[in-house]
Amino acid sequence: MADFRFNVSVMPRAGMLDPQGRAVENALPQLGAASVHDVRVGRRIELSVAEASEEAARALVERLAHDFLANPLIEEWQIELVWRGEGAGRPLEAAR
Amino acid sequence: MKVGVVVFPGSNCDRDALHAVRLAGAAGELLWHERTDLHGADALILPGGFAHGDYLRTGAIARFSPIMGAVREHAAHGGLVLGICNGFQVLTEAGMLPGALLRNRSLRFEHGWVTVSVERRDTPFTAAVPAGTRLRLPIAHGEGCFYAPADQLAALEARGGVLLRYTGPEGNPNGSLNDICGVIDDRGRVAGLMPHPERAAESLLGSDDGMFLLRSLVANVAEAMSRAGQDVAVA
Repeated sequence: MADFRFNVSVMPRAGMLDPQGRAVENALPQLGAASVHDVRVGRRIELSVAEASEEAARALVERLAHDFLANPLIEEWQIELVWRGEGAGRPLEAAR
Repeated sequence: MKVGVVVFPGSNCDRDALHAVRLAGAAGELLWHERTDLHGADALILPGGFAHGDYLRTGAIARFSPIMGAVREHAAHGGLVLGICNGFQVLTEAGMLPGALLRNRSLRFEHGWVTVSVERRDTPFTAAVPAGTRLRLPIAHGEGCFYAPADQLAALEARGGVLLRYTGPEGNPNGSLNDICGVIDDRGRVAGLMPHPERAAESLLGSDDGMFLLRSLVANVAEAMSRAGQDVAVA
């Protein structure tokens, strides 16, 4: 059994109105950053999975992303493996 | 005839809903979300609030509450389920109603009175609404912007799945597509509303228009039960 840590990035689907992104963008001129544009706001979920293989761990995270962490109707997601280690419970700090 | 009101951690309109169904002539019972049965409820309300703190997305965690299996089964067997505000959000997340409720376009928590048109009067949730009547109901939500992809929205409209729309002077408070604030599933047994009928249950509250909807629900179930030869117990 190995431990796999993933970042799951969830973003509003391309073309969907993103009121949070627009609100952030609207504040930029006051920061002297009027050249910044196309701001979008999403969320990142970090999690560890204790599974026998990376494939099994990734498949589980993919299922969670589709069924729970994101709503496929309005959001899309990316799954990124950030580290792997032997044995569960490796402290996150150790990976940095 | 008993209406079960599901209580999630963070529900806060459950007691108002209970009071309103009793005013509508039904017995009512609160059903804690950890139950896996409905304790004999003949119809269900998923009330407003902030189930599970609305963490992740509104309704996303409530969808996996233990009681949701029984809620789904109830609807699958033709039972009525009404989701109000957060309850509507739970039902869309659960896939029992189409679309999704996005953050309000204004980014504000929108609250106040709205005027809604009743698009269908031939449903168990609206049958008691007199023809031509617009309803005056309160809203209170941060995520009420109804959205569905263009093809699904067109299909929803084509099958008459829109129950209520924002209309009148206040207009559309949250950017909902096609001014939609109430939908019904394709079998006509599950409905979701962003406005709160239970908060417009007595004229003292500023309007009792919500009772048209709750009385529709109670009357429909009571009639179905009497047709089936069951005793209809009324509170």
